[in-house]
Amino acid sequence: MHLHDLWFILIAVLWTGYFFLEGFDFGVGILTRTLARNTAERRVLINTIGPVWDGNEVWLLTAGGATFAAFPDWYATLFSGFYIPLLVILVCLIVRGVAFEYRAKRTEENWQRNWELAIFWTSLIPAFLWGVAFANIVHGVDIDAQKNYTGTFWDLLNPYAILGGLTTLVLFTFHGAVFTALKTVGEIRERARAQALRLGLATAVLAAAFLIWTQVDSGDGWSLAALVVAVLALLGALAANQVGREGWAFALSGATVAAATAMLFLSLFPDVMPSTLNPAWSLTVENAASSAYTLKVMTVVALVFTPIVLLYQGWTYWVFRRRIGVQHIPAAVHH
Amino acid sequence: MDLAVAHETVARWQFGITTVYHFLFVPLTISLAATVAGLETAWVRTGKEKYFHATKFWGKLFLINIAMGVVTGIVQEFQFGMNWSDYSRFVGDVFGAPLAMEALIAFFFESTFIGLWIFGWDRLPKKIHCACIWMVALGTVLSAYFILAANSWMQHPVGYRVDPATHKAQLTDIARVLFQNTTLVQAFHTLTAAFLTGAAFVVGIASYHLWRAKRGKETDGRKTAAMRTSLRVGLAMAVVAGLGTAVSGDTLAKVMFEQQPMKMAAAEALWDTQSPAPFSIFAVGDVSRGHNSVELEIPGILSFLAHSDFSSSVPGINDTAAAEAAKYGGQPQDYIPNIFVTYWGFRLMIGFGMTSFVAALIGLWTTRRRFWLAEEYRTGEEEPPRLMLTKNAEMNTYFTRWSWRIGIFTMGFPLIANSFGWIFTEMGRQPWVVFGLMKTANASSPSVGVGLQTGSLITLTALYAILAVVEVRLLVKYAKPGPDTSERPPAKDPVLRGPSDGDDADKPLAFAY
Ligand code: HDD
Ligand code: HEM
Ligand code: HEM
Repeated sequence: MHLHDLWFILIAVLWTGYFFLEGFDFGVGILTRTLARNTAERRVLINTIGPVWDGNEVWLLTAGGATFAAFPDWYATLFSGFYIPLLVILVCLIVRGVAFEYRAKRTEENWQRNWELAIFWTSLIPAFLWGVAFANIVHGVDIDAQKNYTGTFWDLLNPYAILGGLTTLVLFTFHGAVFTALKTVGEIRERARAQALRLGLATAVLAAAFLIWTQVDSGDGWSLAALVVAVLALLGALAANQVGREGWAFALSGATVAAATAMLFLSLFPDVMPSTLNPAWSLTVENAASSAYTLKVMTVVALVFTPIVLLYQGWTYWVFRRRIGVQHIPAAVHH
Repeated sequence: MDLAVAHETVARWQFGITTVYHFLFVPLTISLAATVAGLETAWVRTGKEKYFHATKFWGKLFLINIAMGVVTGIVQEFQFGMNWSDYSRFVGDVFGAPLAMEALIAFFFESTFIGLWIFGWDRLPKKIHCACIWMVALGTVLSAYFILAANSWMQHPVGYRVDPATHKAQLTDIARVLFQNTTLVQAFHTLTAAFLTGAAFVVGIASYHLWRAKRGKETDGRKTAAMRTSLRVGLAMAVVAGLGTAVSGDTLAKVMFEQQPMKMAAAEALWDTQSPAPFSIFAVGDVSRGHNSVELEIPGILSFLAHSDFSSSVPGINDTAAAEAAKYGGQPQDYIPNIFVTYWGFRLMIGFGMTSFVAALIGLWTTRRRFWLAEEYRTGEEEPPRLMLTKNAEMNTYFTRWSWRIGIFTMGFPLIANSFGWIFTEMGRQPWVVFGLMKTANASSPSVGVGLQTGSLITLTALYAILAVVEVRLLVKYAKPGPDTSERPPAKDPVLRGPSDGDDADKPLAFAY
């Protein structure tokens, strides 16, 4: 296997890690309005992801950095081409991070309510836009001979991409609901399971439509296999949720996210950004990649450090393994 | 043509504003992480309450600050691709590597362990909890190192070749990129400057509280004890870091003379080659016009900064620009950076930073408790120190008042110095984005229109302005009351493998958002 193929896989793994992890924390952010009924419940939700959201977000930074290092042209074309969606995502991630940290720093009701609203919107918008972005990447966009995107912002909002956005939005919310059921106690846990069922069914419809469209549009045998895995995992997650096996439900909703992401990347390969203007102008793993030496250096770094990251991030989840409920939320703010 | 200039100019403004803004939080994050780690270690080892209160207090301020450091950093990671796509294509093979390493090695580290530290007070045994903040501190230093390696490569590209087929930079030696002397010295300088920044911050806030205690406005002795310790820690840190900053700054200047002679000439507004070259402290008239009307100079010092002797010749702006034009083509004036900004940036960096250093040196002496201080002047742990400035009672009251005020007033000086240092460094490199390889004018994204860029510049600037207000008010809100002395460490040391649902299963979390 060529190193640039390995790096294509590694970048797919980083995005998968990002969608798996930040997927549920976007979901939890959205559920603060659709599931929680009062401030105490909203705080339960926020605190289930409190210790981990920042670590989850770094998967995105690493995916970005790794793309820069391994496929500079991919990084350059993607980030300059998808300028507006990325700017919106940036603004959301800025506000979202601050919202988590600052919400409880003042006791005024206004202050807290505004940050709570911010958490909802800044979770919802990126959850939608990542789907839009990836649908466009997989389908291809107008890229010229100089590898620059020549379309407009509105071209990115085509029906296929919007379907992709809705899919990630609902899938992440489902994943978040399953996570909430796993991490909370009391009434909110029951309601999370009930909502997970509804969200799961909605996901099944949207994801089936989007993934089948993708398969027809740009799939191959491998992507079909991933599609089947994604659908089976989703059904499994729903079943596990129904019988109250919350650990299994979460593992399987995570597997759905992972298989769906894998399917997108498998449909993409060997391109990294297909051009709809002229196939010869497409960015591929070959023509967008860094030199063999850089890839070798980065391979060593990635193979050494990724397992270490997984170990200590896994340990964090173990340390904060306890479920929380409204009774665990301290009344007065004293930090 | 006009439009092309505007294009690059807007991108430059955005980069400048977002990066300088990011760097307001970075030095405080780096230094406060280590300070909090040190204080928590002191608490774990001695069990003294004042260390616990100090840890909690500075920890809160640290968290308010790091939140902004984190979110403004994300913009940095994206905007190379968004606004500087031609730059990214050209350098990605080399420049991307340290950036990716920073994320994988440093950011994961910081962000994961900070979560453990914030939420782990009642989950982790105190030794492990304390180890977590050390991990965060290590992460911040690693992060700084990798990103400075990337920046140093732009100042002085090494370990690469330009691929004859693609005309792009290609990495040939990662070790040189990571460990070239520019990186080492720049990292040394930036880190010491960061510690000076945090130290002045700590000194300022501690001075505020101690001065209140001095005037009888604060009667909680335990608060005073925590602040007194903090003050001494801050002063000592400022002195050590300030010395380090000066030494490393001098080394950096020598490196720069060799690698970017134009920058140093610009820093001095030294238009004509001189030997020996003086150090200009102050100039009136238009430094950017090729002659300075009034100047206050120290003879020979510039020669010393450049070559460690007082007589060597230092090339001036005119000669250097002519040499660059001969080498790279074009007119000499194309190679002259903005002299006004570099000249004053350099002075303000040194001026603001070193003022804090000198103030700390004096403060360390006046707040001493034991050495050379007569028994009757010593004060207890829970009292503010007596500043023994003079034996004259009246003068002493006056001096004392001003000493505390200076401590408070100079709190942000090194932060200002840091910003000017970067503005000088980056603007002094112009017209190059990668010195000798790529000009800034060729680096921006051709596919991104001026309107779009202006929109994003305005969006981010407005957002940053709002967040600045929010953050400063929070800092003030949390700094003003001082340590919360009613807070107690967990009664018994938490056990890692404790029962996940024992009798205290409904106990509230020690910390919750
Ligand atoms: C508290 C902040 C602070 C203080 C007191 C100083 N500096 Fe500094 N300086 C910085 C903060 C800084 C900085 C912001 O951190 C920079 C920007 C880039 C870098 O590496 O450090 C910098 C850059 C910088 C450069 C440019 C390096 C380059 O472009 O490659 C030089 C030559 C110096 N410094 C020299 C000095 C000298 C001789 C100082 C005084 C004795 C000094 N600095 C004090
Ligand atoms: C690895 C770190 C850095 C990299 C790669 C970097 C790179 C760049 C780039 C690409 C530009 C735009 C082109 C130019 O005008 O030079 C720029 C400009 C600028 N950067 Fe940096 N920079 C880094 C760190 C910083 C930091 C930490 C600061 C300050 C806090 C800073 C301050 C500026 C300023 C003020 C400008 C605007 C200069 C101008 O308008 O001419 N930079 N830098
Ligand atoms: C222009 C180049 C820069 C880029 C691309 C960049 C990127 C980032 C990013 C993405 C973060 C957030 C990490 C997180 O989510 O945890 C961050 C934070 C930080 N950066 Fe920057 N940065 C730049 C300049 C600098 C410089 C020059 C330094 C130090 C000398 C620095 C040191 C830090 C530190 C200490 C943090 C604090 C907190 C943290 O990472 O969690 N950065 N930066």
